[in-house]
Amino acid sequence: MAMAASRLPSPSTLSSSLSRLLRTSRLFSSLSSDDQTVLNVETSVPFTGHKCDPPPRTVDTTPKELLGFFRDLSVMRRMEIAADSLYKAKLIRGFCHLYDGQEAVAVGMEAAITRRDAIITAYRDHCIYLGRGGDLVSVFAELMGRRDGCSKGKGGSMHLYKKDAQFYGGHGIVGAQIPLGCGIAFAQKYSKEGTVTFALYGDGAANQGQLFEALNMAALWDLPVILVCENNHYGMGTAEWKASKSPAYYKRGDFVPGLKVDGMDALAVKQACRFAKEHALKNGPIILEMDTYRYHGHSMSDPGSTYRTRDEISGVRQERDPIERIRKLILSHELATAPELKDFEKQVRKEVDAAIAKAKESPMPDPSELFTNVYVKGYGVEAFGADRKDLKGVLP
Amino acid sequence: MAGALQAATAALLSSTPLKTYGSDRLRLGSAPRSLAGRKGSFLVVRSDAGFGSGSNARTRPGKLIPNAVATKPDASASSTSSKPGHELLLFEALREGLDEEMARDPRVCVMGEDVGHYGGSYKVTKGLADKYGDLRVLDTPIAENSFTGMGIGAAMTGLRPVVEGMNMGFLLLAFNQISNNCGMLHYTSGGQFTIPIVIRGPGGVGRQLGAEHSQRLESYFQSIPGLQMVACSTPYNAKGLMKAAIRSENPVVLFEHVLLYNLKERIPDEEYICCLEEAEMVRPGEHVTILTYSRMRYHVMQAAKTLVNKGYDPEVIDIRSLKPFDLYTIGNSIKKTHRVLIVEECMRTGGIGASLQSAIIKEFWDYLDAPIKCLSSQDVPTPYAGTLEDCTVVQPAEIVKAVEDLCK
Repeated sequence: MAMAASRLPSPSTLSSSLSRLLRTSRLFSSLSSDDQTVLNVETSVPFTGHKCDPPPRTVDTTPKELLGFFRDLSVMRRMEIAADSLYKAKLIRGFCHLYDGQEAVAVGMEAAITRRDAIITAYRDHCIYLGRGGDLVSVFAELMGRRDGCSKGKGGSMHLYKKDAQFYGGHGIVGAQIPLGCGIAFAQKYSKEGTVTFALYGDGAANQGQLFEALNMAALWDLPVILVCENNHYGMGTAEWKASKSPAYYKRGDFVPGLKVDGMDALAVKQACRFAKEHALKNGPIILEMDTYRYHGHSMSDPGSTYRTRDEISGVRQERDPIERIRKLILSHELATAPELKDFEKQVRKEVDAAIAKAKESPMPDPSELFTNVYVKGYGVEAFGADRKDLKGVLP
Repeated sequence: MAGALQAATAALLSSTPLKTYGSDRLRLGSAPRSLAGRKGSFLVVRSDAGFGSGSNARTRPGKLIPNAVATKPDASASSTSSKPGHELLLFEALREGLDEEMARDPRVCVMGEDVGHYGGSYKVTKGLADKYGDLRVLDTPIAENSFTGMGIGAAMTGLRPVVEGMNMGFLLLAFNQISNNCGMLHYTSGGQFTIPIVIRGPGGVGRQLGAEHSQRLESYFQSIPGLQMVACSTPYNAKGLMKAAIRSENPVVLFEHVLLYNLKERIPDEEYICCLEEAEMVRPGEHVTILTYSRMRYHVMQAAKTLVNKGYDPEVIDIRSLKPFDLYTIGNSIKKTHRVLIVEECMRTGGIGASLQSAIIKEFWDYLDAPIKCLSSQDVPTPYAGTLEDCTVVQPAEIVKAVEDLCK
C-alpha cells in the first residue's frame, strides 16, 4: 500500500510557513532587544474561587508573548473563517464545529503549560490542535478528508489528534472525553511524570453523569487533572439557564475546588491555567470555568441566530473580542502600530489561503486505507505452549 | 514433554487412551496457520464420568446432567504429587496469568469494583493488591462508564489496564466508551493511538441470578469494529487467553462464565500463551461438527457421551475466538464432516451463533450436506425460577436430538 509521499513540515509553533512569516515580518524582528521587559497587565475581571483562594488579578507578560498571542489568535480566527467558506463550498462535509470567539482559551492555556502536559477536548478542536503545534495544512487536509490530514482523512473535523504533542483529541460524543482525560491523568500519576491533563468540556456536557463519576474518582485518588468547562452559554440551541439548574459550573464540583475565569481574556486564561497546574500537582483536581462565547452557531448546520439575538453576538464582538483586547494592549504599550498589525493580519490571511491551496492538492485516501488501522498490525499475539518448541503458531 | 503430560492425563481419566495431539499434528513454519493442536483439555464432571473416544466407548449409560459444571475431581485415580504441572481452579488460573503479566510488565494494572482489598467478587484478583499496591490494583467506585473510560484513556498513553466488570451485564453502562473510544480510536486517529486494554468479567446464565445478571454481552459487542473478543472455558485456556489478551496491542474483551470459575484442571508449570484467534479442538470426530464456546462446551461434551453410545462420532470445537472467528479450523472441520451444529448460550436473535451461521454459509456452502442447525437460548429475559431457567438455555438432550436430526 503506497504511503503518501509528501511529509508534513515539522511544526515549530504553528507552521513552518508561519515561522517564515515571523522572521521576515517587521513586527517581530524589532523585538529581539526587548525580550526582557515584563509588563504587568490586569485582567478584565477578578477571578472567583470556589473552595480555593483565587490567583491575583495582575498577570506578568512580555512584549514577545503579547505579539505571540496576537499571531496565534489571528491564525486561529482566520482558519475558522476559512473553514466556514470551505464548508459552504462543500469541500468540508458532515459536522464542522467552529471555535471563533473562543480562541483565547486555547492560546492562554498553551502559554501556561508545556507540550508534555496533555490536553483532551470534545469536537470543537481545530484551534486546540493548532495550539498544540499542529500545522494548518494537516488541519485543512483532515477537514477535507485528504490523505495528508492528521488522521489520514479517516477522522474528520471531530477527530484531530497529535500524539507527539500530547493532544488526545477530538471526540464526538458529548462528555465521553472526560473519563478519558482522567485516565490520562491516572497514567501520568502512575508513571510519576509530574505533568497534568487538561480535560475540556462544554456547558452542555457539564450535565453528563460521567463528569461527576470522573470527578469523584479524580478527587478520590488525587489525579492531576484539570477540568475546564468552556462555558459559551449555549448547548447547541439550548441556553444554559434552560439546561442547568445551577449555571455556576465552577461550583458544580462541590468538594472539588473551582475557579471562574474570563475566557475571552488570554492573559486571565494563562494565569488561571498556571494556577491550576500548580494546584493539580499538589492537591488533585480543580475545575476551571471559562466564561467564553462562540460567534458561529453550534456547527455549520446551525445558523446560531434562532436562539440568540444578533445584537447579543455583535455586542460580545465589540466588548469582549479576544483579538481586540490583545490589539488594544499592544497599541497601548506601543509595541506596534495599528497599520503594522493590519498588515500582519493580511499576511496571516495569505498564509492560511496558501495552506488551503496546499491541502487541496492532497489526494483522497487510497481505497485500501479503508481497512488499515482497524486493528494494530493485523492480529495476532504469538502463541506458545508450555514447551516452547511445539504448539507454537502465529496467525497472519 | 507434552506427550508425557498427555499420557498421564489419559491414565487419570480412563482406561482407554485419549487421542493425543503431539507436535506431529501441527504444521509449523511455512504454513500460514497452525492447527489448533492443543492437548486435549479434559473436564471433570462427576466421579462416575469420563469420556471415551471413537469405538472404545464406555458401555456405562451416560446420565444426562442438565447443569454440567465442575464438582469434585475424580478422587480415586488422581495422585497429584507425581504428575507434572499443577492443579488449580479456573479463577486461580486467571489470577496466575494476571499475576505473571503484572510481574513481567510494570505497565499492566487492574481496575474494577472490589478488585483490590476485597480480592475480587470471584476471587480472580485475590492477593494482587497486597503484592502490587493500591495503584496497580485499583478499587473503583461503582461508575462503569467512567472507569472504563479511564482505563481507555490510560491505555492511550501506553499503560495496559485490565478492566473488570463485576458482571458483564454492568458493562452495558460503558457501551459508549467501549464502542466509540475503545474500538474506534485507533482508526479515527489514523493509527496514532493504540488501546491495549483488556476488558473482562463473568457473564452468561448462572444459577437463578435473574434476568439482569444473566446477560450475554458477546452478541452486543460483536459488531464493534476494532475490538477482539475471546471466551475462555477451561483453566488452561483461561490463563493462556488472559496472558495473550494482555500482551495484545488491540483492545480485547475476555468473556468468562459465572458457572465455570470452579473448574479444576492440571496445567503446566511452564509459561504458555494461547493464540487469541484460534479455536480449540476438543474432540475430533467424523460425523458432525459441533461448534460451541464457554459453558455450552460442557453441555456438548455431556451430550457427546450419549451420542457416542448411540454410535455417532461428533467433532467438538470450542471456537474460543468470538471475534474474529477461526474460520480456518472451522472450515477444515466442515470439509471433513459436512454437517454443522452450533450450540451457544446467546439468544437466537443476533447472537454469536447467528453470525457464525452466516459466515459458514458464505464461506463453506459447497461443503454442507445439510442445513446448519443452531441451538441458542430463547429470546426471553432469563427467568428466576429454576425450571424455567433450565428451559431457557440449551440442554444436552436437545443437542443429542439435534445431532440425530442432522445425521438422518
